[in-house]
Amino acid sequence: MAVTGPAPPKPDTLDQEDLLRRVRPANWQNPEPKPRYDLAIIGGGPAGLVAARTAIRLGLSVALIEKYRLGGGSLDTGSIPSKTIIRTARVYATTHRAQEFGAPVSTELPADFLKITTRMRGIRARIAEYHSAERLRTLGIDVFFGDARFASADALAVGDKRIAFRKALIATGALPSVPSIPGLEEVGYRTSRSIFELTAFPKRLAVIGGGPLGCEAAQAFCRLGAHVTIVQNEPKFLPHEERDASQLLSFALARDGVDTRLNTTVVRVREEGGSKILDTSNYDAKDSIAADEILLSIGSIANTVGLDPEVAGIATNPAVGVVVDDFLRTTNPRVYAAGDVCMSHKFTNVAEASGRMAVQNAFAGRRRRASRMTIPWCTYCDPEIAHVGMHVWDAGERSIPIKSYTVMMQDVDRAITDGQDDGFVKIHVKAGTDRILGATIVASRASEMINEISVAMSVGIGMRELAEVLHTYPAQSDAIRLAALAYVQDRPVSWLRRTWGRLRA
Amino acid sequence: MDELTGLSDDALIDRLQRGAFSYLTEFANDDNGLVADTSREGSPASIAVVGFALSCYPVAVKNGWMSRAAAATQTLKTLRFFWNSPQSDQPDATGYKGFYYHFLHMKTGRRVWQCELSLVDTTLLLAGVLMAGRYFDGGGDEPEIRELADAIYRRVDWQWAQNNGQTVAQGWKPECGFLHYGWEGYNEATILYILGAGSPTHALPPDSFTGWTVTYQFENLLGQDVLYSGPLFTHLFSHAWIDFRGIQDEFMRSSRKDYFQNTRNSIALHREYGARNPRGYEGYDQNLWGITAGEGPGNDELRESYRDRRFFGYTSRGVPYGPDDGTISPWAMLATLPFDAGPAIAGTRRLLEIYPQVCTKDRFSSGFNPTFRKGGSEWLSEGWFGLDQGLLVLMIENYRSGFVWEIMRSCPVIRTGLKRAGFKGGWL
Repeated sequence: MAVTGPAPPKPDTLDQEDLLRRVRPANWQNPEPKPRYDLAIIGGGPAGLVAARTAIRLGLSVALIEKYRLGGGSLDTGSIPSKTIIRTARVYATTHRAQEFGAPVSTELPADFLKITTRMRGIRARIAEYHSAERLRTLGIDVFFGDARFASADALAVGDKRIAFRKALIATGALPSVPSIPGLEEVGYRTSRSIFELTAFPKRLAVIGGGPLGCEAAQAFCRLGAHVTIVQNEPKFLPHEERDASQLLSFALARDGVDTRLNTTVVRVREEGGSKILDTSNYDAKDSIAADEILLSIGSIANTVGLDPEVAGIATNPAVGVVVDDFLRTTNPRVYAAGDVCMSHKFTNVAEASGRMAVQNAFAGRRRRASRMTIPWCTYCDPEIAHVGMHVWDAGERSIPIKSYTVMMQDVDRAITDGQDDGFVKIHVKAGTDRILGATIVASRASEMINEISVAMSVGIGMRELAEVLHTYPAQSDAIRLAALAYVQDRPVSWLRRTWGRLRA
Repeated sequence: MDELTGLSDDALIDRLQRGAFSYLTEFANDDNGLVADTSREGSPASIAVVGFALSCYPVAVKNGWMSRAAAATQTLKTLRFFWNSPQSDQPDATGYKGFYYHFLHMKTGRRVWQCELSLVDTTLLLAGVLMAGRYFDGGGDEPEIRELADAIYRRVDWQWAQNNGQTVAQGWKPECGFLHYGWEGYNEATILYILGAGSPTHALPPDSFTGWTVTYQFENLLGQDVLYSGPLFTHLFSHAWIDFRGIQDEFMRSSRKDYFQNTRNSIALHREYGARNPRGYEGYDQNLWGITAGEGPGNDELRESYRDRRFFGYTSRGVPYGPDDGTISPWAMLATLPFDAGPAIAGTRRLLEIYPQVCTKDRFSSGFNPTFRKGGSEWLSEGWFGLDQGLLVLMIENYRSGFVWEIMRSCPVIRTGLKRAGFKGGWL
């Protein structure tokens, strides 16, 4: 993988040492395996860690095998590092707008990337404490570092050790997908796993892929002073989100100065005069993009490398990874899977929830279905784009009539005072009822606001009740109450009927 | 412009309708019937503008601006051109598979600008072709008009445009094949699906329309219930020809609304947005609105005391999700006459009083941005655009007499298409 610029200076060694001491201790001695474990977990990321803790609480014996570092991609290269960098990018964006707020601050660009990544490493090391090997050992979990593979239907091999199990959980996560673009391998690129390890800040960054990760990185690097071009081969960014949300994101990216290319495919990558050149095609229009670094963010694929699942009779499939039923059981009845290796929603919260669910289904006699999960998720751009439950098209495909109640953030007092009035709260309701089926929120802190909807959906609070809930004033989340209020005001007849009913009673 | 604002409502509307119509004759090529997209030097023809022009000739005859014979002659020239011009996959043809390229050279009638074979614009052209076929029911030139109109419509291969999918592609180019702009949600394409469904030769299957309506969003926005679509024109184009009052498809039946009512509500939404004016643009008011697709001041940024403002060139602007850069389309309020005449007239009057420069030779400019000032004056789009003028003529006529709707209600293709798309009730 090519890295431009001078030789990388050493990272902040203390923080890096802290991190490794916690998640991959150098002097770690793998324990002598017990004759048989109740549960053997392959992968110490979010799914595996939650599963291990759940199993310990159930009084089970647990072996946890991690190939690289505890905490998984989420801590090492995913959510935590990216949110740390995004926070700094927001600071830059705010200071860029300082005059709007009557605050005469200016910020030099480009940012000092080394300082920013040092902060990131410190934060990562701090959070790593919660997942440290020592802490897991104290809980009674046997932690093994090494490559695990299935040796039989009821045993794993880790190095020369055999780990026999009653039940096993595959929680090996996912790896970034790499498309076959001619020249890409030769020229070199980065993925989510390596982008925040950059030591020289790229003047020009080309991002291939307009999903959540690509959009987040494009905006953050742009705000830190890079010239960013993002190439998306579909008509909109965030293809899994609704049109209005994607469109607002397009405006936000363009406003920040990101060069956005929709409906555009990278056909070839080459090196020319020290630059990485991406040749693109947008239907019949051909163009080229020059960059110092390329970030590839076209999604991820389940990681079953070296696992030999077929030895244990576990079916895998290139499209979905490890094949599981709705109870997260693989084709080997002893073995379950959880997290990115089997779930279509590759998010940390889903990984954790599925890890817990798999253990409960395997041992506690529970029959919890993965398809019943209410999953909120968020893309951490500015504004953030969060969603939970059904989209309009999901309802349409199931012939569920649906009506949406929308409040624009530009009509929400606190969003106006904050100067963060881009976005909306849109709540989808089953027509003729007040039942919430889903919601999309685009707002500065949509990641926080969406949880209120998740709570309402999980415990069955409808729009009518939600409208009665006092919210702090002013607050951006008041937009949710206002949307519920729009519902109530939209239904005067049923209100009258209720009042009439009460009077007659 | 005092002269205009001093007129009574009826006189003002008559003047502006006639002014709009005069564009279609002034900027037409009398040899082939093509009409220029804009009044600007070297503008090519837009097939959609031709569709509006074909629909406007009967209106002109009715209002005594044109003799029936002259209208028939111009119509026949136009239809002969579209029937005889080259249809092939050659890059300089006029059309392919019965569809036509969006922009054509005014004289040669060949494709220009390497533009796309456009489904929506072909649809607007066909609406005019079908209207001509219904209106000219006499002798002389008129039987040939009917034959050609029928032939042109029958030739269109709607099924090909599905590109093996359920819904239709939005365009095609010989250089790269089908174009998909990712249509999602309601827009101006209702008439496209209806004309596609009504074809006796290559009809779209019934699930094609529902494949599109499944992406509809029925939304309560700023206190209005709307089948949402941002730009105002999307709530108008299909309605220029089709009288949606009282007829309902499956979606509208389940929502207990109709598309006409939906446009009314969308107008109310636009007005409410104008009143709130969240971005603080000049001019916006409950009686000054009209955010839609069109030209804008161009890519530029103005940094003012408390907010960054970005401006755009030609783009599709919408309410309330944006983009909104303070550009309004001066013709848009008047084009909503049939839906809610009071606000349409009040808004148009207010606009003419405050910013009389938006109307020259009794024709509205395409775009206007009072917030964007350079050299002391507000940005105004140069000249006139044919689409705006054609739409105004038809909408004013529908308001006054329902003339266009009446003709199209009797058009078998429209009736069949509506029924196949699941419309029932009312005049159907």
